[in-house]
Amino acid sequence: MKKTAPLLLLIAVMGVPAFAQMDFTGEWAPLYHEDNPERIPGPELGDYMGIPINNAARLRGDAYDADRISVVSEYQCRPHGGDYSMRGLANMRVTEEYGPDDHLLAIHTRMNFQEQARTIWMDARPHPSELAPHTFQGFSTGTWEDNMLAVFTTHEKESYLRRNGLPRSDKATFVEHWVRHGNLLTIVTAITDPVFLTETFVRSQTWQLDPGQRMGRDICEYVPEIAKPVGTVPAHLPGTNPFLHEVADWYGLPFEATRGGSATLYPEYKDKAPKPDKVPAMCDRYCACGQNGRGCNLH
Amino acid sequence: MKWRAAILAAGVCGWLVSAAGQQPQQNFDNVKIQVTPVQKNIYMLFGAGGNVTVQVGKDGVLLIDTEFEPLVPKLMAEIKKLSDGPIQYIINTHVHGDHVGGNDAFYKLIPKNPQLPLNIIAHANVLNRLTAPGPNGAPGTSTAEHPGFPEDEYDTPYKDFYYNGEPIFIYHEPNAHTDGDSVILFRGSDVVTTGDIFTPDSYPFIDIARGGSVKGEIDALDHILELTVPADHQEGGTYVIPGHGRVCDEADVVEFRDMVVIVKDRVQDLIKKGKTLDQVKASKPTEDYDTEYGANGADRFVEAVYKSLSGK
Repeated sequence: MKKTAPLLLLIAVMGVPAFAQMDFTGEWAPLYHEDNPERIPGPELGDYMGIPINNAARLRGDAYDADRISVVSEYQCRPHGGDYSMRGLANMRVTEEYGPDDHLLAIHTRMNFQEQARTIWMDARPHPSELAPHTFQGFSTGTWEDNMLAVFTTHEKESYLRRNGLPRSDKATFVEHWVRHGNLLTIVTAITDPVFLTETFVRSQTWQLDPGQRMGRDICEYVPEIAKPVGTVPAHLPGTNPFLHEVADWYGLPFEATRGGSATLYPEYKDKAPKPDKVPAMCDRYCACGQNGRGCNLH
Repeated sequence: MKWRAAILAAGVCGWLVSAAGQQPQQNFDNVKIQVTPVQKNIYMLFGAGGNVTVQVGKDGVLLIDTEFEPLVPKLMAEIKKLSDGPIQYIINTHVHGDHVGGNDAFYKLIPKNPQLPLNIIAHANVLNRLTAPGPNGAPGTSTAEHPGFPEDEYDTPYKDFYYNGEPIFIYHEPNAHTDGDSVILFRGSDVVTTGDIFTPDSYPFIDIARGGSVKGEIDALDHILELTVPADHQEGGTYVIPGHGRVCDEADVVEFRDMVVIVKDRVQDLIKKGKTLDQVKASKPTEDYDTEYGANGADRFVEAVYKSLSGK
């Protein structure tokens, strides 16, 4: 009997990891205080600061013409990629699915924008073969690291790192850590992309529990918005994009800094960066974004 | 050996070696066949070379493309796991050796049944190129020597028939990757097989010497986009089996089509400015795509686009 008690205790303790250590279920509203200008009004054209892109990604961003979405109608109903969806404009519902033995089988997320739905498999199943189809949300598996949920995602379709044309390839993978403190949920996303990134790109976003939240359906029908001959793909020819200096000029930044790359990721870059070409006398663009509930005014 | 001679006569040996990334004396002993279920009746098989599409059903088995001769026994073994029905159709998407190389071996391995003959289908230009006279007056290769040649050729915009409970459309895509390309639509399973018109991990090999052109390539990609319909929010629905690479859908084809159009527009602009082929290559018009589609194939792609557009 004396030997049985510790054994039972050990079994009880070891049994815990089979269940969720933290409950993430519920209705979550995104908080936009972090990176507000990028997430709410949208990133400025040519702003690649703080992203460890390679030159191929930089040139793809330079060639990007937003008319592409209007002309190539197949882009209009696309959801964000799984990595970007956590910082995009959408509220989120998290639900759990249990298997017949009452072990956590999967965590599901649903966001209303373009009906993004992810499944995070918690049953240690393997990821599909390299030849399997990719999806915008990718294939995700989760494990517990104490009370933190660690999620690994593969099999995403090609999408974007930032909504100004910076690409993220279908070879990319990402790791998320979900952390809950009371009614706040913080998700840290680390993206690795051998095609377009020179090092891992990390960003975070926070959500607030909102039990009264009700999400609608997002029905999308794509149409040609600008009549063009079949096969037309709007893009700036190399060296002809007239908008690339805007972000530096508007915000008084060195143009070099707006070109992004690993160096611009680190605080010490501020000391090394060249002087800006010109500095506006006063802030006149997105000066109050997210402050005290105020909107993003242009002037 | 005779089959190798036929491939040589068709002038595709260079492609077989370089484009498919194979060594001339490649050892296939360690190649494993991967079987990927695609949708309903359709599977994708891959060992080395091009992808093989397999349709199975109550009538039997239909194959699209045959990879290389040494891999045929392994392919057959995997096909038998999917269906014990007779193989009645082989369709070749185009003439290159990594897609037709196993035809003869399949023909020899498939039991002969006069009631259920094997039909090997391709566009007429595939057969024409396989049997064309060789260089320096060398005689062409006869179909009598090669029972696996696609003698059930078609020379119309499309050919259709009903098999395994669904309509099958074979569309000729003129002057695209070659002059004999076929895109196949399985209308019930909702799957499209593209051959090398669509290769999601590499630049298209536009084989100018065998009738390919960038205009035909883009027209063919636009046609594939017409045939594909996403199920919901731009994914799923119609699945696409490319010539090489993973199973895709419309959204993946859009990315590839857009890349081809954007590079074509850049080269066109440089031609208008009077740039020579060497100057166009030196300007690196594919630089932003090379990490995605492979820098090794960039010069060949740019050269094909340049020659297509300039006629030089």
